[in-house]
Amino acid sequence: MKRIPKTISLLLTFMKIGLFTFGGGYAMIPLIQRETVENKNWISDEDILEIVAIAESTPGPIAINAATFIGYRVAGFLGALSATLGVVLPSFAIITVVSFVLAEFQNVRWIQYAFNGIRAGVLALIVKALWSMYKQSPKGIFSYLIMLGAFVVVAFLPINVIFVILTCAVVGIVQALIMSRRDKK
Amino acid sequence: MIYLNLFLAFLKIGLFTFGGGYAMLPMIQEEVTAHDWLNQSDLIDFIAVSESTPGPFAVNIATFVGARTGGIFGSICATLGVVLPSFVIILIVAKCYAKFKSSRLVVGAMNGLKPAVVGLIAAALLSLSQTVFFPAGLSVSVLGTAQFYVSPGIFAAAVVLAFKKLHPILIILLSAVIGVITGYVLQI
Repeated sequence: MKRIPKTISLLLTFMKIGLFTFGGGYAMIPLIQRETVENKNWISDEDILEIVAIAESTPGPIAINAATFIGYRVAGFLGALSATLGVVLPSFAIITVVSFVLAEFQNVRWIQYAFNGIRAGVLALIVKALWSMYKQSPKGIFSYLIMLGAFVVVAFLPINVIFVILTCAVVGIVQALIMSRRDKK
Repeated sequence: MIYLNLFLAFLKIGLFTFGGGYAMLPMIQEEVTAHDWLNQSDLIDFIAVSESTPGPFAVNIATFVGARTGGIFGSICATLGVVLPSFVIILIVAKCYAKFKSSRLVVGAMNGLKPAVVGLIAAALLSLSQTVFFPAGLSVSVLGTAQFYVSPGIFAAAVVLAFKKLHPILIILLSAVIGVITGYVLQI
């Protein structure tokens, strides 16, 4: 019996998180911390750091990773399910409505002008994101070569992104194995 | 068939992107343009919509592309696709967390993936900026027109504001206002 209220509580908490964070990803971490550590006492501050580390090193959106992990910790599989559903539902509902509204207004003249301006603004947001990813990335000749290689291959050659991602993961693993063997000697 | 395609495309996106948010952009760009679900301008417009609505970028764009191409059921399929890989992988990781954390393989793979994501986003940025700055293609004739300088102007101002940590929604609003004003003034 005790598990049923917890799953509902997870659902509602993560709906709130999904509804009140803009931009997703790291923007959600402070709210997740406040709700699940300070308000509900489900997990500790250390857990939050671990969750961020795991979310970074597993595929998929950070918000989904964090919701699934916390839900599982708190109430097992059903907990994971309700937390994930909770964080997805607000976006899903809002965007479904937005997509129909947007289709209605797309041919209005001033909206087209507005989007002409917005497109240039969005590029700036991507530049900012690129900079913060660069800051989080490891530095050194090995990293710079991978950055350059991934950029050149995807920008100028007809090679798909998945192939580049897999190759870079393998290169990283090989490099780690070589380094650890060198350390042993 | 469109439902299956949506599900599979977003499953791929969910499975092969690390870091979330803009790190997903290169994969999303490749999938949606390859299937002709969105063109480059639509994609950029939607990034703005996603920044101004709550929730994770990946879920937002999955729902949006799904709704555009396959209605409500399409948006369910796409969203399910992008969420499923994370969900399953995290359940597995949560069970054997201690091993995962200290795994040399995971640490090594991340050392390769983090810089790769930087390069991939840079490539996405390059191709998106071609669409924004040269909507009619690269040619010398556009250089003489006033509207050619509007986008680079907004872009330069927005970069400065973004690095001054102005909220993304405010940057989008400001760009929209400048876009409307210059649009009517120059009669683009």
